Amino acid sequence: MDMPLPDQRIITSRDGLIARLRAVLPADGVIADPTETRAYECDALSAYRCAPLAVVLPRSTAEVSAVLRLCSQMGVKVVPRGAGTSLAGGSFPTADCVVLGVARMNGVIETDYDNRFIRVQTGRTNLAVTGAVEADGWFYAPDPSSQLACAIAGNIAMNSGGAHCLKYGVTTNNLLGVTIVLMSGEVVEIGGPWADAPGLDLLGVICGSEGQLGVVTEAYLRILPKPEGARPVLMGFSSNEVAGECVADIIRAGLLPVAIEFMDRPCIRACEDFAKAGYPDCEALLIVEVEGSAAEIDAQLALIKDIALRHSPVAYRESGSEEESRKIWLGRKSAFGAMGNIADYMCLDGTIPVSELPYVLRRIAEMSAAVGLSVANVFHAGDGNMHPLILYNANKPGDLELCEALGADILKLCVEVGGCLTGEHGVGVEKRDLMTVQFNPADLEAQLRVKDVFDPAWLLNPAKVFPLDVTASRRAS
Amino acid sequence: MTGDFDTPLRPQTEAEVAEMVRLADGPLSLRGGGTRGVAYGAGQVLETAGLSGITLYEPGALTLVAGAGTPLAEVQAVLSAQRQRLAFEPPDLRAVLGRQGLSTLGGVVATNASGSRRVQAGAARDHLIGVRFVDGLGTVVKSGGRVMKNVTGLDLVKLMAGSHGTLGVITQVAFKLQAVPECAVTLQTDVPLGAGLALLRRALGSPFEVSGAAYGPFGAALRVEGMEASVRYRVAALKALLGGDWVESAGDALWVGVRDGHGLGEGALWRVSCKPTAAEGVVAALAGVPHQAVFDWGGGLIWIAVQGLADAGAGLIRGAVAGVGHATLLRGAGAAAFAPEAAGVAALSRALREKFDPKGILNAGIMG
Repeated sequence: MDMPLPDQRIITSRDGLIARLRAVLPADGVIADPTETRAYECDALSAYRCAPLAVVLPRSTAEVSAVLRLCSQMGVKVVPRGAGTSLAGGSFPTADCVVLGVARMNGVIETDYDNRFIRVQTGRTNLAVTGAVEADGWFYAPDPSSQLACAIAGNIAMNSGGAHCLKYGVTTNNLLGVTIVLMSGEVVEIGGPWADAPGLDLLGVICGSEGQLGVVTEAYLRILPKPEGARPVLMGFSSNEVAGECVADIIRAGLLPVAIEFMDRPCIRACEDFAKAGYPDCEALLIVEVEGSAAEIDAQLALIKDIALRHSPVAYRESGSEEESRKIWLGRKSAFGAMGNIADYMCLDGTIPVSELPYVLRRIAEMSAAVGLSVANVFHAGDGNMHPLILYNANKPGDLELCEALGADILKLCVEVGGCLTGEHGVGVEKRDLMTVQFNPADLEAQLRVKDVFDPAWLLNPAKVFPLDVTASRRAS
Repeated sequence: MTGDFDTPLRPQTEAEVAEMVRLADGPLSLRGGGTRGVAYGAGQVLETAGLSGITLYEPGALTLVAGAGTPLAEVQAVLSAQRQRLAFEPPDLRAVLGRQGLSTLGGVVATNASGSRRVQAGAARDHLIGVRFVDGLGTVVKSGGRVMKNVTGLDLVKLMAGSHGTLGVITQVAFKLQAVPECAVTLQTDVPLGAGLALLRRALGSPFEVSGAAYGPFGAALRVEGMEASVRYRVAALKALLGGDWVESAGDALWVGVRDGHGLGEGALWRVSCKPTAAEGVVAALAGVPHQAVFDWGGGLIWIAVQGLADAGAGLIRGAVAGVGHATLLRGAGAAAFAPEAAGVAALSRALREKFDPKGILNAGIMG
């Protein structure tokens, strides 16, 4: 992967930079020792590493502002970081940057059930947001699989989704307002605990901007009353096509499950070997979860069963207890761990129109066979967000490159059938060079103009999202 | 309505829009059907009604793509035949704004128009998954697409929603859709304002999935939608939770009225978006001034008609809502239509408009 040449002028002035950072932050807020910055050399895209000049861990919006103002004055690049769980290299450092981590800013500022919001500092983890309101019967809906570790800052930066966003939407649909610090150090409040923007929807373009526009330090999040209950059903089918048709019929019938998860045979097998969840031996498996009172759940599951039976499932298992629900989800939730147990893997994230599912799965199988790397598919079928996992051997020379090339071809296929490169993980460095597959130069130019407005010197989160050749002139000036 | 109608531009294709914008030698006054614009810029009128037609409708994928000029009514008829709908319930403002014509999808997007169900399902912007537009230099730009989940690149889709034509001429939009539920029940009770708003907030804080929560001359009203058995269960659960006497009814007449701002009478007309618990205080600021108010979104939206004030009530309303929301003047003179923005936000918005429309010709000046 190409990265721009680091700025030697900045690298040679490292000591001065660190001294000035120490002047604006408490002593423990600046990490400069190379053994201590090692933990920040990569995020969850761990195939790539790079040591930053320094890491700063501010404790307040004012401290974030002071750091950005200083870096802006000195022309130093800043890579914002939530919890470092990005699968796309969204917080991958450069050798001439300061990593700004918000992990220490993890407090709850205000909880207001009457107005249905919580205001938090963005270093708080996703699960800890729900944790703060759960005892009172509330929850925060977006639930990325990394929710135990990932920070709200990263969720906002990547517009994260999760298994349950079929019903509740992704981060952007649950975000009411932010405190954002621009690269200049200016602090701007956008939105608040009310609906819609009075003017342009700046909140909408900040969410999902991958740290390109500013550092979000505080956020107003929509919280929801917890449903009375939830219950999954597991169904197995003799082909991906049939499972795909069943998904389409459930959606057409007007049912709104909270989740429809899909696993193909390679994934089912790996999960079964790893987690012993008792999954049936079949080509494709669906987990459909519905919510409500016991009676509402029964009524929805009865309709879902009617639909499923029309597609001759080879297995149909309704959960009858907490324990059975846990078992149904067990395999799905261990999918990534199961894959990691077999081999190294790369997780893709393209979205396709639901109607293209059978075709895309068939093509992926053909491409996988041609290259000789296995691909297991596990994904959010209700909204077409796929997560093909390509298995490879990191110790075998050339295998990573082969895997990356296959990954790129699969993502191109997603775009070709009317979909996109990334449904919830973000572009980061990982898919940066594929952006021209989905966007033409005019589409990209419009996005660059937004970046120009918020970060005119192009210092924030360098070399992400946009292909390097597209941004070369802006980065040079 | 502002705008020079002598020689209106009526493009039939996106390429024609691009050419007209490129060749424009003065400001353009943009509109879809001209039924819902909060304000229109001065200059030669450009109407997008010619960009009409559904280009893709896949009921099984809950997806619709259509030209920006496609009439909302046509789309609603097509969706309705498949028992689907736009979940955000776009208002019809023709009666309250005294407008004629056909509302278009582009206008719905440009004004981020949402009705009562916004409180549960989200706004127009939350259902918009793709957009194509022509910027102020005549360049065609696309963002988003036709899939439900998409975080590829900066989200210009959201930025275009509610941009009132100041960033580009929207030419095509893509929406995700919702199935029409089997059943809908409205609950009403006659209580004073403060108690009524508190009931609405309590209902919204329950797990019973209320899809409408309004207060007006009709009292406090809640809507519950879904499968019949589920609706019956939730209606009973809400009654038990909230206490008091509730009257049940079917039909959506009440919600159409709330959605469209009916029954407010003459005078300046405001749409106030605020923190729900602040709603009563906002209206209390008008004590002694003739006015009528209807509350939606559990108090998060207030329609207010004000009579007899030279500034249309802007001083009182915007003063009361400062720090807890914002107020837009839909009808009437004497104040700016759009709420003034804080300096930082205003500077970013102005810079964005200059980037997308460097010649300053697209509905120029209407948003600040």
